[in-house]
Amino acid sequence: MMDLLGIPVPVLMGQLLIGLINGAFYAVLSLGLALIFGLLNIVNFAHGALYMVGAFVAFLLLDILGIGYWPALVLSPIIVGIFGMLIERFMLRRIADLDHLYGLLLTFGLALLLEGLFRQVYGVAGETYAIPESLQGGYNLGFMFLPAYRAWVLAASIVVCAATWYLIEMTRLGATMRAAVENADLVRAFGVNVPLLVTLTYGLGVGLAAFAGVLAAPIYSVNPLMGSNIIIVVFAIVVIGGLGSIKGAIISGFLLGLCEGLTRVFYAEASNIIIFVVMAIVLIVRPAGLFGKAA
Amino acid sequence: MPETMLKVKDLHAWYGESHVLHGMDFEVPKGEIVTLLGRNGAGKTTTLRCIIGLLKKREGSITFKGEEMIGQSANVIARSGIAFCPEERGIFSSLSVLENLLLPPKVAEGGMSLERIYELFPILKERGKSQGTKLSGGEQQMLAIARILRSGARLLLLDEPTEGLAPVIVQQIGDIIGSLRDEGFTILLVEQNFRFAERMGDRHFVVEHGQVIDRFERSEVEANREKIAGYLGV
Repeated sequence: MMDLLGIPVPVLMGQLLIGLINGAFYAVLSLGLALIFGLLNIVNFAHGALYMVGAFVAFLLLDILGIGYWPALVLSPIIVGIFGMLIERFMLRRIADLDHLYGLLLTFGLALLLEGLFRQVYGVAGETYAIPESLQGGYNLGFMFLPAYRAWVLAASIVVCAATWYLIEMTRLGATMRAAVENADLVRAFGVNVPLLVTLTYGLGVGLAAFAGVLAAPIYSVNPLMGSNIIIVVFAIVVIGGLGSIKGAIISGFLLGLCEGLTRVFYAEASNIIIFVVMAIVLIVRPAGLFGKAA
Repeated sequence: MPETMLKVKDLHAWYGESHVLHGMDFEVPKGEIVTLLGRNGAGKTTTLRCIIGLLKKREGSITFKGEEMIGQSANVIARSGIAFCPEERGIFSSLSVLENLLLPPKVAEGGMSLERIYELFPILKERGKSQGTKLSGGEQQMLAIARILRSGARLLLLDEPTEGLAPVIVQQIGDIIGSLRDEGFTILLVEQNFRFAERMGDRHFVVEHGQVIDRFERSEVEANREKIAGYLGV
């Protein structure tokens, strides 16, 4: 067996892969958070809960309607996205002119509400969701075994992140969104319905969370607490990448997943805190984040 | 006298509790350049922000082509055919020059084509890929004017387009605004620079303490030069 720095290669690669998979979830979730923060200027504390709801919607679609994984991957983000747009239209918009703290409190309350609701009905044990048949098994890469589903998660998140980046940075709609982030009033004065744009952005952001939730369902158990377990780490990653930076959210998501994986190999005890250590260092050295613009 | 494009009647406005416009009255005839003159803080910029709908706390009447606009929101007002070029120019730093130029959506047919805009502002074609705020002050002002010409809006609200610019650039901007009038645009121009306003305007309204206190046709300016200088404190 080959060794690298005294660690067997399959172990190292295995942990790096787990890190990369975690990083994929971090990236998709922090991307949604960054989008929402950019245009709505609120820290969306309900993001983790909506990720959990996304997984549950996939579970319920299968359990009640017999709708499988592939349709759920499209349907769940749409359902949760519409739910998010209703939240924005009827709750967040009412407090948009108030201090940002109110947005934080409102979304935090929503998160508790959603988690409590699912906990009441499904308990904390979690439900299992089978890997779709076409993605069972895996590939032997020689130095390690790559499960097909994990490869798919990685590919799907990279594609979704790239597509979202393209939408924001390369299209007319994206230019309008970036302009509205800078000066919403002026964009309205050009005749753009900015409130509608804000609603759609929130829908897109939480739709991404739900997409991550469906991807996660077969890997982790579908559990009412799955969102609150991951969201704190995702917040740290958004801070590291730079609040509101799309590119920063994507790149730091993947990087910090890898970083976590590496730490697990060399000093497993620190793997749960490494991201927060990085966050502390970044905040000291570059308070605006790795890709953020200084205010 | 040509038909009235914009009519402002007894317009009052508030920033929070402070009452800043106290019954503005003026009208903008179609195809003319009308200026609002006055000292800093007289209420000129506020008047433009009321017309485009960015100041919500407003009362009175603002009619555009006969339609009441006072209760409408900014995006609806803009869609009816009014374009706004703000004092601080409002060039977006996260957008390229071209993206800035293409940002305002079409609100009516008959907007200026990109080719025609590049004829008027050749520099914008050269610098298309640059970040919007990397342009010089004069170029940014040209971009701010250029981007509202594409939309098809026929009434342009220009807030101090010459502020902080070198005389040679002011001259160029004056030529451009003049050629816009020749192309049939109606322009409401807020200016502190009276020499520029005098050159451009077909009629002038003097604003003080949120009210129009005097008005002059182009032909009356010469005879009232001292009076106007007194109003503006120059």
